[in-house]
Amino acid sequence: MMQDDLRRQPSRVDGRAKVTGKATYIAEFRFPNMAYGYLVQSTIAKGKIRDIETAEAEKQPGVIKVLSHKNLPKLAVPTPAPDAIPRPFYALTSDEIRFNAQPIAVVVAETFEEARYAASLVKVTYDQAPHATDLRSVLGSAFVPGREQPDRGTPENAFAAAEFKVEAEYYIPIEHHNAMEPHATVANWDDGKLTVYDKTQGIQGTTGYLATAFGIDRANIRVLSPFVGGAFGAALRPGPNLIVAAMASRELKRPVKIVYSRRQLATAHGYRPESIQNIKVSADKDGKLTSIIHQAVHNTSAYENFSEGLVGVSRGLYACPNVRTVAKIARTDLQTPLWMRSPGVVSGIFALESALDELSYKLKLDPLELRLRNYADTDPETGRPFSSKELRECYRQGAERFGWSKRSPEPRSMRDGKYLVGWGLATGTWPASQAPASARVILNADGTARVESGTTDIGPGTYTTMTIIASEVLGLPIEKITFVLGDSDMPPTPGQGGSTTTSSVGTAVKEASELALKALIDAANAKEDSPFRGVAFDQLVFEKGSVAVKGRPETRRSFQDILKGHSESSVSVLHRSTPDAAERGKYVIASHGAQFVEVKVDEEIGQVRVTRVVQGTAAGRIINPKGAHSQEMGGVVWGVGMGLMEHTEVDHKLGRIMNPNLAGYHVPVNADIGVIETIFVPEEDKIVNPLGAKGLGELGLVGIPAAIANAIYHATGKRIRSLPITPDKLV
Amino acid sequence: MRPFAFKRVSAPADAAKLVAANRNARFIAGGTNLIDLMKENVDRPDELVDISRLELTAIRRTLDGGVSIGALAKNSDTANNPLVRSQFPLLTQAILSGASPQIRNMATNGGNLLQRTRCAYFYDLGTKCNKRQPGSGCGAKDGLNRYSAVFGWSDSCVAVHPSDMCVALAALDAVVNVRQPDGKERKIRFAEFHRLPGDLPELDNTLSHGELITSIDIPKSNFGQNTYYLKIRDRASYAFALVSVAAAVELDKGVIKQARIALGGVAHKPWRCTEAERFLAGKKLDAAVLKQAAELAVKDAKPLSDNGYKVRLTQRSVERALRRAAKI
Ligand SMILES: Cc1cc2nc3c(=O)[nH]c(=O)nc-3n(C[C@H](O)[C@H](O)[C@H](O)COP(=O)(O)OP(=O)(O)OC[C@H]3O[C@@H](n4cnc5c(N)ncnc54)[C@H](O)[C@@H]3O)c2cc1C
Repeated sequence: MMQDDLRRQPSRVDGRAKVTGKATYIAEFRFPNMAYGYLVQSTIAKGKIRDIETAEAEKQPGVIKVLSHKNLPKLAVPTPAPDAIPRPFYALTSDEIRFNAQPIAVVVAETFEEARYAASLVKVTYDQAPHATDLRSVLGSAFVPGREQPDRGTPENAFAAAEFKVEAEYYIPIEHHNAMEPHATVANWDDGKLTVYDKTQGIQGTTGYLATAFGIDRANIRVLSPFVGGAFGAALRPGPNLIVAAMASRELKRPVKIVYSRRQLATAHGYRPESIQNIKVSADKDGKLTSIIHQAVHNTSAYENFSEGLVGVSRGLYACPNVRTVAKIARTDLQTPLWMRSPGVVSGIFALESALDELSYKLKLDPLELRLRNYADTDPETGRPFSSKELRECYRQGAERFGWSKRSPEPRSMRDGKYLVGWGLATGTWPASQAPASARVILNADGTARVESGTTDIGPGTYTTMTIIASEVLGLPIEKITFVLGDSDMPPTPGQGGSTTTSSVGTAVKEASELALKALIDAANAKEDSPFRGVAFDQLVFEKGSVAVKGRPETRRSFQDILKGHSESSVSVLHRSTPDAAERGKYVIASHGAQFVEVKVDEEIGQVRVTRVVQGTAAGRIINPKGAHSQEMGGVVWGVGMGLMEHTEVDHKLGRIMNPNLAGYHVPVNADIGVIETIFVPEEDKIVNPLGAKGLGELGLVGIPAAIANAIYHATGKRIRSLPITPDKLV
Repeated sequence: MRPFAFKRVSAPADAAKLVAANRNARFIAGGTNLIDLMKENVDRPDELVDISRLELTAIRRTLDGGVSIGALAKNSDTANNPLVRSQFPLLTQAILSGASPQIRNMATNGGNLLQRTRCAYFYDLGTKCNKRQPGSGCGAKDGLNRYSAVFGWSDSCVAVHPSDMCVALAALDAVVNVRQPDGKERKIRFAEFHRLPGDLPELDNTLSHGELITSIDIPKSNFGQNTYYLKIRDRASYAFALVSVAAAVELDKGVIKQARIALGGVAHKPWRCTEAERFLAGKKLDAAVLKQAAELAVKDAKPLSDNGYKVRLTQRSVERALRRAAKI
């Protein structure tokens, strides 16, 4: 999107608070008489804790107590059988070590530094058991969780018979979210009631988790998370910080704060699993796909079955009559993986879109043309129509802006001085879901509105988007609306994941706002002289904080006037929106994108720079243009990280993550990022939700790693099938 | 971190004496490395002697026409100093390729020489490391060693020295001026300042406890603008070198009078390629001799399981850095 178009669009409503430090993140909250907890983590990957010696630590100044499974009371959850699956992990509740750097004790002290130092003096002895953390070493025991997907058509026969085909293996290492804000909790028990400030993407989930763990009623728990400094999936499950802070506070009868250090953070939450994908694709001489066989395996933990089902994209992205997908998982002695931005889809697309690129060279067909020849006008799996799908337009506009027609097809054929230039592309898609959600809209007598919803804003701009939606419906300027979130006392919503918040919470805000206006008119009509009596609601125009009958400006009444005489002096509406499941069920509903990438490669030293990206996006109605532009740019930046540098390094001998810090785990810096252009193609969708808006926070990433790998092949003639594509793989 | 006493001194002699008197005392200058190590409990001093206010910040011309840089001058001030820029652009280039502007604004020259390895095992108290805990073993040698040394390592340690600045100083044959606790001064040639791990990997260099670096002298040389610092890393900026090369050539009518090649990211100390340097001396400058020199530079490399690429990358980088330095 062009800067000029964006300049007139609303900015982040919380932007000023964020850049002036007024936005308060979890580590900044404090209660009177608060103590600080610092976690002690295991140094083995599997086995049992023999003993935890705390005498030395407890002698240190300021130390209050060292807590562990040895002295903490049991939680209300039943102890599962030792080999039960799932066997959810509750930190500090048993002597069992399930993964390296597992939290096993917490030192609570008067200050953070006292706690941290004493934590280094806690001595732990173990009975160690052999572990396995390398996916390749456990492939033999990989299994399909749940049901196997039946084949579509006869993929093996079609592949065997095909003239043009590719078979290849693709690898993606473990990656970590590495959000700026560390996981943190401040917990306080007061008179049987628990209040926590917690970094979370799901206020309700966190509340429920605590209720189960401590066996108390949800009504006695309050969870707050007003600002989240990036999460990307990492806070979709409660971290050990939450349960440990709550246990410690209950035990010591003081508020307790736990903030993860950067080094510790690698095991505060799960990660994108390590995956190996084998793909076979074939086509006839016209470039029509005849088969896709996509088999993937990724790791899970020894105690839970986590599956990203990363082969799903191969069933729906292209029209292909013969498809087999198999998604297996294999147990490792690492903690359970977790959803990380675009989970499953970005990994599956890396393999599928790389393989398609390989196929295009076999066919001597332009990679874009190959995609167009296999365009799916209806869902290839079910035959259902798409609720809307402007992917063709993404390809067209993206290619035009990028200059794709000037691409010379041969690898190594484009240069810029000493650099080899490569152009690559990939298709992106992301399901556009909607879930039930609630919101409250309050119209105040002073002409302002307050909108409440217990969702979170992990960075995409939820505060802003919800304010824009309320502003549009209520006919109130943005400055007159205060949107608040992040509190379990507010109307419940689903967790913030899967790019569904605008769709779900936005619909609740829209509908609650409409109902609030109806209630406002009811309030007006309570008076005899109301000009709105007997007028149909759709004949009213709400604008600039006032309402009038269409075409009759003399009936204009401001919200203030209406509410002045009103007994409650405000209108308050609580509403729960639900998706129209029957209608949605008739369609396949998804966002789409086409992602074009230019790389310049300094071949001698293996250096790749992504110099230009054009991101074509079809995601229904764009409600918050600046936010959407940022999200799509952020997706590209993430894709550059995943494509070129991100890699959690595990020492498999130790079963331990060895680069748990931002010096060792590289994410892109400014100098890594070239020009990024975003295009939002118009797309009308009356099915997805009443807003017509689809999620886009994850879409922007999905094709980028594949497009980068494809561009590198075009530049160098080297096909790199293993991420990240670091200099060592190119020299 | 461990509780510590904090003392500020105003005379170099006091600083050296204070630290010499306590095995667990450390000088603190910019603090950009030491504080990190303390937070991670890798280093646990109980006394810090703040030397950041000592008047050892001068950058001046020396009698022999070289430049002396104060131990407490900031990395950024050093890189941007006009004398350094004009006379030793190699040093400017090397410093500016390291860390970030914010860190360079805090980091001092003395601290840069003494920054410790970034080996992941050194930093992780849950693993073995002979450098951190002598006798415990080396986790990296048979573990993850993509970043580790390909030259000069021993069975007890495969860590690399992380500095960029030091690679340039090694190529420029700098001399480190040191004040001893007894008040005496001594000079250490740069090649002898850092050491190889051998059986004592806990020692990064040849300083004794309590010895204070006061300045670093860079002797006059005739390389002029024929120098180049090349740094290869996993991202465009703000990353330690996978491999770096400081190259300098003195040219006389198309003949290489002398050449210097120092490598970073490949050994426990900045690594001088003396054989390649000798090979180049007196040769007529052309692309072929530079290529041969690059081959010689990696002749004795001994890669570990994950870092064979460093040998290829070093060879290519040496060749390119020499070409850039010689401007061919
Ligand atoms: C995130 C990050 C990235 C970095 N990236 C790079 C990079 O890419 N390239 C690079 O070269 N460097 C890099 N650095 C390292 C940086 O250059 C060093 O941390 C810095 O130079 C150390 O200087 P200081 O003054 O802060 O030292 P301090 O931390 O104060 O001290 C370091 C050590 O030197 C000792 N010491 C300090 N001054 C003296 C003296 N005068 N005499 C005797 N002993 C002394 C101290 O006792 C201590 O043991 C990076 C650092 C960070 C934190």
